[in-house]
Amino acid sequence: MPWDRNQMAARAADELEDGMYVNLGIGIPTLVANYVGDKDITLQSENGMLGMGPFPYEGEEDPDLINAGKQTITELARTAYFDSATSFAMIRGGKIAAAILGAMEVAENGDLANWMIPGKLVKGMGGAMDLVAGVGRVVVVMDHTNKHGDSKVLKECTLPLTGKGVVDRIITNLGVLDVVEGGLKIVELADGVTEDEMRAATQATVVN
Amino acid sequence: MKKVYANAAEALDGLLFDGMFIAAGGFGLCGIPELLLDAIKDAGTKDLTFASNNAGVDDFGIGILLQTRQVKKMISSYVGENAEFMRQYLSGELELEFNPQGTLAERMRAGGAGIPGFYTKTGVGTVIAEGKEHKDFNGETYILENGIFADLAIVKAWKADDTGNLIFRKTARNFNVPAATCGKVCVAEVEEIVPRGSLDPDNIHLPGIYVNRIIQGDHEKRIEQRTTRQKEEA
Repeated sequence: MPWDRNQMAARAADELEDGMYVNLGIGIPTLVANYVGDKDITLQSENGMLGMGPFPYEGEEDPDLINAGKQTITELARTAYFDSATSFAMIRGGKIAAAILGAMEVAENGDLANWMIPGKLVKGMGGAMDLVAGVGRVVVVMDHTNKHGDSKVLKECTLPLTGKGVVDRIITNLGVLDVVEGGLKIVELADGVTEDEMRAATQATVVN
Repeated sequence: MKKVYANAAEALDGLLFDGMFIAAGGFGLCGIPELLLDAIKDAGTKDLTFASNNAGVDDFGIGILLQTRQVKKMISSYVGENAEFMRQYLSGELELEFNPQGTLAERMRAGGAGIPGFYTKTGVGTVIAEGKEHKDFNGETYILENGIFADLAIVKAWKADDTGNLIFRKTARNFNVPAATCGKVCVAEVEEIVPRGSLDPDNIHLPGIYVNRIIQGDHEKRIEQRTTRQKEEA
């Protein structure tokens, strides 16, 4: 059985080490916070916060306290607030250990596309380009194929890039792939998924 | 010199002109200078260029200036929450320059610090890098981005003293600090103006040197995505 959203998030949480400062993207990456267990992880929200807490209880929402997805959130005992220039200085300066992000396409050279589809409504890249260019390690979490069944793990991205050669690891419903010299290397298969199935769903070069 | 003004219209008096470039603080609807934006709407100033991370929603924030066709160009990182924005952009009425969020923040910070340009890795190999100078440092490629020098900065803070020292609250600080620094003139709206000496000098987020005019007012502080969790059963 391929992994579901929660299993993908749980697998992505294994990427995080005690003491890390991490930025989680919108969608499945947000769920990663539920699976960090006892590890001491500090979440960054790029609108100006370290130590992001869970959503507030109803009636306790604070309009001055939101995450990068503009959702109301809460603070923790460790929380620090800062301005946007400081926030991206810590991202650009390599202080954030890892970013876990969703993607539309990833290529075998680590190229990432996740911000625009030509001809469709363009909303903007937000902080995604800064994050992938700046953080220590970029982990993509996404479905292996799109809703038409086409591979999202490609030899070359077809969509406009968010970053060039920036992805380190890809976690999909089928398993885990690393970007290495010459292509992608299978690190792990989801329970019950065969290597042949993984290769068949992957357009990118898979190296041994 | 007196920095405290009675209201937004008075604080903006003599500062507005058609075709001007305004840097605005805020992220989404959080920490936006809502009273000053209202006053710019009432003043009817046209052909505005805004450097602002977002464009508000249809009826709040910069969105209200889109409704009245007062905006010529937006420099933003994300504009997804605004239907009128999209309509004007797709019909060619509105210019849009996408900046990566950190690049936009640093362009403001740099402008405010007298730095006309800086190199960044952000956007290398993407459409953002097209037409920009590329330069290698220590084997890595960077692109040149320009500092922002705006005619006016408008920001929202939590508290000010009468000398313009500002304190922000939680994530409402966001772009307000870099935006405030990059304007020739900065007008700040706050929830409370307190007498000098009331704020802890060790905890000023933005020193009053950057702030020329201040107003106090009531803020709606609208929430864009109200998200909550259930209380667990005891």
